[in-house]
Amino acid sequence: MASSERYSFSLTTFSPSGKLVQIEYALAAVAAGAPSVGIKASNGVIIATENKHKSILYDEHSVHKVEMITQHIGMVYSGMGPDYRLLVKQARKIAQQYTLVYNEPIPTAQLVQRVAAVMQEYTQSGGVRPFGVSLLICGWDNNRPYLFQCDPSGAYFAWKATAMGKNFINGKTFLEKRYSEDLELDDAVHTAILTLKESFEGQMTADNIEVGICDVSGFKRLDPSHVKDYLANIP
Amino acid sequence: MTQLNFISFQSILSYNGSAMVAMKGERCVSIATDKRFGIQAQTVSMDFPKVFEMGPHLYLGLPGLATDIGTVYEKLRFRKNLFELRENRRMSPQIFSAMVSNMLYEKRFGPFFVEPIVAGLDPYTCVPYVCNMDLIGCRNEPEDFVTGGSASAQLFGMCESLWEPNMGPDDLFETTSQALINAFDRDAISGWGAIVHIIEKDKVTTRELKTRMD
Repeated sequence: MASSERYSFSLTTFSPSGKLVQIEYALAAVAAGAPSVGIKASNGVIIATENKHKSILYDEHSVHKVEMITQHIGMVYSGMGPDYRLLVKQARKIAQQYTLVYNEPIPTAQLVQRVAAVMQEYTQSGGVRPFGVSLLICGWDNNRPYLFQCDPSGAYFAWKATAMGKNFINGKTFLEKRYSEDLELDDAVHTAILTLKESFEGQMTADNIEVGICDVSGFKRLDPSHVKDYLANIP
Repeated sequence: MTQLNFISFQSILSYNGSAMVAMKGERCVSIATDKRFGIQAQTVSMDFPKVFEMGPHLYLGLPGLATDIGTVYEKLRFRKNLFELRENRRMSPQIFSAMVSNMLYEKRFGPFFVEPIVAGLDPYTCVPYVCNMDLIGCRNEPEDFVTGGSASAQLFGMCESLWEPNMGPDDLFETTSQALINAFDRDAISGWGAIVHIIEKDKVTTRELKTRMD
């Protein structure tokens, strides 16, 4: 066996340089996935992603990438769709369990911690592989917005703004230039769409991007007509 | 031939005897309990703790079967401490009582024989809160007072006639104490002294009452 492959199959064996290569491969799967963006504004938080279809025969707006977890939390991903749906299911279950016990909506930070614990479990269990997705989880509680990224390793980060998936480095550089603390929700949607547009191949329409907004009134996915209005303001 | 007991056996909830009450006041709450621990009519001890401090503004009363009081208290203390470490915030009385209710319902078909009372102030807004529930966790969150234990019916009557809205801490102490004492004097298996806690924003006053011992 070539020495570079010696550590590549076991999930839990460190390579001599201290890496777990299977987890690096999972991150590579994420970096090859469709881009997604999240931005925190002063009065809310938004998440957005590309939802491009390979053929014109696809029926758009029937399978979504932006999903609601509770009234006040939403989620989007870069990476593998099937893995994402499992995590959405788990996240919704975790949120409902919390509400059942404490009769209160789950704080975003708690949901992120628990979803991250699920993802970590899949890096150390037998007969499984790590998730091929990174998540962006946005929420509103404590009277302020939250934006978290959750990686396949189980690591999670709190961002003001971030990009994941294909071209995420360019996306982040773009956001670093454009971001300011007192951004409002409408500007944030605008900036997010511009960030996606940076690496977008082909014509961007209301049918091939998805946007989710979370503010004091809760989380909602924008419908295409609404997205169209935002796109109209983009050069 | 078997001899009849002095008090015929009724419910395991009134095997040891107890009287407990909590009342809302103006920016304060009270919780009070008797001190008796008995085995049916036979008094065993007169300093049995039934009200516990769960936090600076949060008290838990557990009237019911003495053996379950200890178990339920320890289990709730565990869950509450874990919550506060995990979420790095104080548990409000509302969240705490929801958690108590949930824990009791977990044992729906083999319950703990306690009927908990929660009294406290919200850790951030200081809004008063009282709540009681049955042994499987059905919650009751009234705007005035809650009662529990073998003297709960007597207490309910006393509270109905003595309680009034917006009492200050001193009035609240007097009302709570009178309600409790006069209620458990009409119950053979509770009494033998009482403890009254008055919970305010920046202090908790705990007083012990001497009462008749017969």
